Amino acid sequence: MQYLLLLHAEEAGFMRMTPQQQQQGMAAYMAYTEALTKAGAIKGSNRLQPVATATTVRVVDGKSQVLDGPYADSKEQLGGYYLIDVPDLDAALSWAARCPGASHGIIEVRPIWTMGEPAPAGA
Amino acid sequence: MVLPEGSEQARAATEEVARRSYGKLVAFLAARTRDVAAAEDALSEAFASALTDWPRNGCPRNPEAWLLTVARRKTVDMFRAAQRHLSSPDELESIEAVLAAPAESEIPDERLAMMFACAHPSIDAATRAPLILQAILGLDAKRIASAFLASPAAMGKRLVRAKEKIRQAGIPIRVPGREELPGRLDTVLNAIYAAFSEGWTDPAGADAARRELTGEALYLARLVVSLSPQEPEALGLLALMLHAEARRRARRSRAGEFVPLAEQDQLLWDHAQIAEAEALLHRAGSMRRIGRFQLEAAVQSAHVDRCRTGAASWSHVVELYDALLGLTGSPVVLINRALAIAEVEGAAAGLNAMPDEAADARLTEYQPYWAARSELLARTGEFAQARRANEIAIGLERDPAVRQFLERRRADLPE
Repeated sequence: MQYLLLLHAEEAGFMRMTPQQQQQGMAAYMAYTEALTKAGAIKGSNRLQPVATATTVRVVDGKSQVLDGPYADSKEQLGGYYLIDVPDLDAALSWAARCPGASHGIIEVRPIWTMGEPAPAGA
Repeated sequence: MVLPEGSEQARAATEEVARRSYGKLVAFLAARTRDVAAAEDALSEAFASALTDWPRNGCPRNPEAWLLTVARRKTVDMFRAAQRHLSSPDELESIEAVLAAPAESEIPDERLAMMFACAHPSIDAATRAPLILQAILGLDAKRIASAFLASPAAMGKRLVRAKEKIRQAGIPIRVPGREELPGRLDTVLNAIYAAFSEGWTDPAGADAARRELTGEALYLARLVVSLSPQEPEALGLLALMLHAEARRRARRSRAGEFVPLAEQDQLLWDHAQIAEAEALLHRAGSMRRIGRFQLEAAVQSAHVDRCRTGAASWSHVVELYDALLGLTGSPVVLINRALAIAEVEGAAAGLNAMPDEAADARLTEYQPYWAARSELLARTGEFAQARRANEIAIGLERDPAVRQFLERRRADLPE
């Protein structure tokens, strides 16, 4: 099954770090990505630019509304993602726990909706 | 119905198999498709087929295997009908293949794996125990709702959502590895205890399905113990339940009245079960990792010991409750601790140690709180207040035998 690991963290935290700490942080992510690759579990990954670069768009009454800033204005922001392919949720959760982002933020694990799959009955 | 007598027999036979095999068959199917709801549907169709087939052709020699064969076919049909939804064309084939696994051999018991999936940390905490009761024991949402004081509609929705989550989030139906086991075990033990407690609410054993429930809970606890013999809390839970079960027959008089522990006929106790509970508790204690269930079992052990030897050990019981309180912070523990304190330091000290209903609104609707208050008030000579607390307790109790017992206590109160 494929899962998207959504990495949420306080953006300002990274900015407050010393260059040396930032470098260490980057190295940890590189090692993590390497491990995922070695395990054959990675499908894709990206780091996002800070939320200051975000723009939201929605169409109301046929007119598009474009607003500056991210959709969710919370303390932690979405800062990147990993798309992984693993046997089950437990495997996805254990990869999420190994991600450096789990130590300085929160990782949301979401299964990918397979094309053609019926909608949940309880929804 | 052509053969009403035969169909009656078939009904009895299917009910018997349902009790014994339901959870095993659901677990077998769901572990292979990860779809609990589909497994339940397939199985209920198989039971319906049995009701029409067995009166005509007689009960099969191996009813469990018969039901599994039919349920398996229904499952494949269901997945075939939904084939357009499948992500890969190979999926149907693989489902057919994994379902076909054991032909005529013994059907593997995967109920424990199923319990771990139901008690997965990603399942809503309040839904874990209800989900186990449904998936393993086949209880319907209505009955589960009444046991957990929820509305049947809300409980039904929660159960559907949880099953969807198992399927869609890809929660594995298997026993977790050694490192994860201790943490995950807690939720499973709590759910087993919840099942036991529901069966326990019918101590007269009048309701066969409920009586069966305590038996199933004991069975599940034994299963967990055999899987993880090094987990002291699993041993503690089994010891606790065995202690309760051992005194079942003594809890009611011939006339069906509730009999408190101190007045029970010890000849009616199951001393083999008590001995087993004591041995389990001893083994758990030697592992030196204390927990809630071990402490509760130790309280039961102290009560039994006091009744047998006549030697009071109330200060030991207070210590056990102190430790339990530290672990759980539960108001129910506070009530029991206050009753034990009353035995050591007198009723006034016991009353002082009682939790305050103003601090926890749930207490105002909790029968044992008012019954305990009434007892302690009566012992301090506050008869008018004792009478009031006793009346509230009667008003809150749903078991007629306990209500009768409380009414007798009230009659004994001086004016």
